[in-house]
Amino acid sequence: MSVDRLNSTFAALADPTRRAILARLASGAASVTELAEPFEMSLPAVSKHLKVLERAGLIARGREAQWRPCRLQAGPLGVADEWLEQYRRFWEESFDRLDVYLRELQRKEEEARRSGLEGKEEKGGPDE
Amino acid sequence: MVQTNSSRMTLTLPSDREIEVTRVFDAPRDLVWKAYTDPAAIPQWWGPRGHTTTVDKMDVRPGGAWRYVSRDANGNEYAFRGEYREVVPPERLVATFEFEPMPGHVSVETLTLVEREGKTTLTNRSVFDSVEDRDGMMQSGMEAGLRETYDRLAEYLERLK
Repeated sequence: MSVDRLNSTFAALADPTRRAILARLASGAASVTELAEPFEMSLPAVSKHLKVLERAGLIARGREAQWRPCRLQAGPLGVADEWLEQYRRFWEESFDRLDVYLRELQRKEEEARRSGLEGKEEKGGPDE
Repeated sequence: MVQTNSSRMTLTLPSDREIEVTRVFDAPRDLVWKAYTDPAAIPQWWGPRGHTTTVDKMDVRPGGAWRYVSRDANGNEYAFRGEYREVVPPERLVATFEFEPMPGHVSVETLTLVEREGKTTLTNRSVFDSVEDRDGMMQSGMEAGLRETYDRLAEYLERLK
């Protein structure tokens, strides 16, 4: 993904109205009128936001109908998410193994402690 | 703040430059500290599943260097390095973290261990540095863009809930 594209993605996401539009589109395609409804905003103002989102590749406008439905395009978000996912996986998988390793260490310590006690008992019981 | 829980690890984004992961281990913190600071322990757990990690350098004292090499199932090697900044056993370890194929992209990792009733809460916070002062606008722009995008993404996902 190019730097320009990433910059336009984050610039597009920087605006709360545009994030709200994306959240609305996550539940399905919608027309400009439908998207404008929750905001106290003129249709041209909403269209402006949609153009920014479209340039960033975050939405696509349909051509199949008069009302040109807007749809969410997950691609650019996916690239950003991938990095976070790798980070999460790295630590999660490490911690899973650390968990097993810590249990093993504790088991060995416990065994060592027990065999130490048994050793003492054989020599005539634990010290008092 | 965005928070995601999967299995027993919590991941939060305290700010646009930070990521924090937290997990509780059923072990005293002396033991967790040992797992983090003993070169023999690191290969037992550090790195993604299916990777084997070897410790190349591990000089656990302020200013000391560390370097781990992680090898995947296909034999590809990935090296990580950094420098210890604070070493306060058994509760706090601060070190820089750098992935060698991406030089100059340094984060600072702060490990905090808190013990309660025999269990240890481990917190690892990564703070991503600004690299604006470095040459290579391409790389720094890329990183800034990614960081920002990812922060916005987190806010976006939060709104979807």
